[in-house]
Amino acid sequence: MKKYYLFFKLRFAAGVQYRMASITALTTQLIWGLMECLVYKVIAETYGEYLPMNYTSIVAYIWLKEAFLVLFNTWNTDKDIFGMIMNGDVAYELCRPFSVYSMWFSRSVGGRISEALLRCFPVLLCAFLMPKPYKMSLPVSGGAFGLFLLTTILGMGITVAFCTLVYMLCFFTISPKGWKMVLVGAVDFLSGNIIPLPFFPASVLKIVEWLPFAYMQNVPFRIYCGDMVGEEMFLAVFKQVFWLIVLIGLGVLLWKRVENRIVVQGG
Amino acid sequence: MITMENVCKSYKVAKRNAGFGEACKALFHRSYEEIQALNDVSFTIHDGEMVGYIGPNGAGKSSTIKILSGILTPDSGTCIIDGRIPWKTRMEHVRQIGVVFGQRSQLWWDIPVIDSFELLKEIYSVSTLRYKNKLEELSELLQLQELLKTPTRQLSLGQRMRCEIAASLLHEPRLLFLDEPTIGLDAVSKLAVRDFIKKLNQEQKTTVILTTHDMQDIEAIAERVILIGKGKILLDGTLTDLREASAMQEESAGNSANLDQVVANLYRKMNIM
Repeated sequence: MKKYYLFFKLRFAAGVQYRMASITALTTQLIWGLMECLVYKVIAETYGEYLPMNYTSIVAYIWLKEAFLVLFNTWNTDKDIFGMIMNGDVAYELCRPFSVYSMWFSRSVGGRISEALLRCFPVLLCAFLMPKPYKMSLPVSGGAFGLFLLTTILGMGITVAFCTLVYMLCFFTISPKGWKMVLVGAVDFLSGNIIPLPFFPASVLKIVEWLPFAYMQNVPFRIYCGDMVGEEMFLAVFKQVFWLIVLIGLGVLLWKRVENRIVVQGG
Repeated sequence: MITMENVCKSYKVAKRNAGFGEACKALFHRSYEEIQALNDVSFTIHDGEMVGYIGPNGAGKSSTIKILSGILTPDSGTCIIDGRIPWKTRMEHVRQIGVVFGQRSQLWWDIPVIDSFELLKEIYSVSTLRYKNKLEELSELLQLQELLKTPTRQLSLGQRMRCEIAASLLHEPRLLFLDEPTIGLDAVSKLAVRDFIKKLNQEQKTTVILTTHDMQDIEAIAERVILIGKGKILLDGTLTDLREASAMQEESAGNSANLDQVVANLYRKMNIM
């Protein structure tokens, strides 16, 4: 356990190292968030009563999305890991008394949490200080906030498990390019990172809800702003646990296959 | 003790001719070629031995090292190291071994070397006292004192290699596999590394297997030489055996020839180039 904590610590240290990157990222996220708020304001003013979410909820969703961007985006993959697979440095990873799957999993979790801790507070602070319609709201209730924290952890687990699965697939294709394109396009859209999932047409939503991507950021953010309540909420938590187990299971299985047929690139 | 029996390993390699047309064709149809990296390799190495593993480029040296360290799974054959099958019990196995791949790095690129060492200490669960003693000993023998605080990316190749070797020995492995550890080193570093390996073998009885293209390495270190070519073991003996095998037909390459010539001659004679 201590070893996994150490990976986390080291990634945290590396994350803190790049201060300038954090500041520029913060600016981008604030401008991007504000822009989205403005767009939805226009839509809300025109079609107010037809929207699936009320405007306060949308604003909270947007700011949460910007604050926890690095926790949930699937394109935030570790380029060092792809590098290791492509140039064969994975040989050294295999010389460690560790399961490579758990090593990479904890490394990704460490990287994401450390970056998120650095970025979420300034974004949230600014969001709470925004003028009225664009102001971030408090969670609808204490219980909702607790569940928000829990589902955030579960959702991040699903995201990391999915990314680790992609690393494993990379052993078969060598180049990560194709996977990365799929991740940026499809998964970003299906996870609700571009527009919140309730805005999807009902028939499409039915299919999307069968995919693991709907259980990444969609659940915690909508619980926070009170858009997901009651039975739907508890069912979502249950499905999160289900997908977490399934994705980790698949990753471990795939790793077992990789381990037996691994080829170290570059001699 | 290491026993390898009838180990075979083959790779599938995608091949195509040069040119844009060929590249497009390869999009739809790939032709693969099976390369036999190891073909019926058998040998036994006893505890405390120091073995030089030589052969021309692409002979199968690194593949053997990777099988011994549990990274690769062979197609057939058995390999037992101290009662363990490396690729089946990888995690227990790697605790007992140290590996250096001369052309790769195990140190974290951005952070000082000492931080990488601390991480390795935790990874192998080395107690703080033993770690301290070992680190002191290693940094004296390999002259690392000045290097430890430097980020890996700012070290020269020779300096980095000395740190890499130290990194592989922090957990006091009983077996050390070195895959071209003297690649790109200057004369001083080379001598330092050679002396260090010798001392390690004599004082701690660490079993060392080393692959190299530098025949002086072999001359300085190895009592026993295993020659591999085209995936087959061709010779297993002392340096004298090597010289004799090389000189059998051509008198000109007698004892006066230097070791590089001897080996080159041998490669040509055995038709393994």
